[in-house]
Amino acid sequence: MGERAAATSVEAMFREERGRLLASLVRRFGDLDLAEEVASEAIEAALVHWPVDGVPSRPGAWLLTTARRKAVDRLRRDQAYAARLAVLQVEADRADPAPPADADGDLPDERLQLFFTCAHPALPAEDRVALTLRCLAGLTTPEVARAFLVPSATMAQRIVRAKKKIREARIPFRVPGADELPERLPGVLQVIYSIFTEGYAASSGPDLQRLDVAEEAIRLARILRRLLPAEREVAGLLGLLLLIHARRAARTGPGGEVVLLDDQDRRRWDRALIAEGADLVVVALTGGPPGAYGVQAAIAALHDEAVDVASTDWPQIVLLYDVLLALAPSPIFALNRAAAIAMRDGPAAGLALLDDLAGEPRLRGYHPYPTARADLLHRLGRFPEAAAAYREALDLVGTDPERAHLLRRLRAVDPADGRL
Amino acid sequence: MKYLLLINAATAEEQCEPASFEDWVVYDKAAKEAGVLVDGHSLADLTTATAVRVGPDGERTITDGPFAETREVLGGYLVIDVPDLDVALDWAARCPGSRGGGSVVVRPIADFES
Repeated sequence: MGERAAATSVEAMFREERGRLLASLVRRFGDLDLAEEVASEAIEAALVHWPVDGVPSRPGAWLLTTARRKAVDRLRRDQAYAARLAVLQVEADRADPAPPADADGDLPDERLQLFFTCAHPALPAEDRVALTLRCLAGLTTPEVARAFLVPSATMAQRIVRAKKKIREARIPFRVPGADELPERLPGVLQVIYSIFTEGYAASSGPDLQRLDVAEEAIRLARILRRLLPAEREVAGLLGLLLLIHARRAARTGPGGEVVLLDDQDRRRWDRALIAEGADLVVVALTGGPPGAYGVQAAIAALHDEAVDVASTDWPQIVLLYDVLLALAPSPIFALNRAAAIAMRDGPAAGLALLDDLAGEPRLRGYHPYPTARADLLHRLGRFPEAAAAYREALDLVGTDPERAHLLRRLRAVDPADGRL
Repeated sequence: MKYLLLINAATAEEQCEPASFEDWVVYDKAAKEAGVLVDGHSLADLTTATAVRVGPDGERTITDGPFAETREVLGGYLVIDVPDLDVALDWAARCPGSRGGGSVVVRPIADFES
């Protein structure tokens, strides 16, 4: 115990603090590289001084002061860099004058602008996710690489490329105006959602879910909810993530194997998260037209509140999918709707809808599609066709537990199949 | 910070509701009045283009073209001076060339001074 545990908890605390510090520094210096460098140095200094001198009364202000001093030193050593930043600063002020200092001396939370910069539509989607994890979740580059199961060097290149574009194309650090929010906020939400999805349903690897990645996404959604309390889609997204995450303990068996919704032990669902998520659904769907995350959260809530699959309110779920498809047409939502129809009207009705989606390019290579078809064919007693669809899904599936699950299903319809 | 706006027009068969001359006049006026316009021209028809290449031995090759193999044809450009990419993207979005199947590509101009 002792020092090591203390250091770990200090580092965990700094994850949150680091994002705030970084945002304040970026605001001041307009340069992400410099901000990252001096933020790390300030945190290292804190790790040296705080255990000896005690934690200062305003840790955030201490870190910012320390980091700023280091930035000024750095700029003194590198005049050319300083000159370039001075130009940046003048131009940034021209575009967006600095806010007045906080009256009570507390540090203003400037992370919102960092969210919008990291999720800027001018960056490639994969870079947005990487930057958000690094700058706002406070993950190191190897941690970000691990979250997406890519080599560290690949992730480092991706982050360097993204920062270069921010710097050289001059993507600003600013919160979009109220008129731009409807266009820009979905990009930020999408980043958090895709981080969660990677954790909840890993695209490859030995494990079905990687809970630490999913929890980072929830943490980011909570920060965003505090920063944008009036945005109902932010409430909807956080609600959706909590309502799905509530089932985590029941989603895998003792050996890490897949347990489907039908077979999950619902007593193991996290009631506290379900209650919190359900409250957020109310927030998300009250006071204006519904948004896509709010509706998805409402669907998740109906699942979470049902005692079992049979008593789930499938007619209501189908209606919500109709609303969702009108808001955000997507073959994946259409696939889920077909599965709900199968529960409401029987497998033949669901299968007919799935077959209508056969030519959909976005479902090509998406293993849940052949899996859903296979399950319905199985229920209809059409075993050879079910076996063919399971084989198709097996060729596409990414994680080991899902592969094992599909093999078990395949054996049920074709005991002679020789696959291992 | 200067940005080049490359205005790509959709080819005739792809084009839907091309911008009117009036739209361009309004846009040009707005950019001038905002003080962001550095330079800009529309280009003569692509059939008038000529390409020049010089080989390693200094030999000049002159060819007619290039002709569009892609859906879009460079039809003009603007250089604007604005504080950041978001402002540049706003001017690109206001540009009549970004509508009717066309697109405007925003390229920061490299600054070797700083």
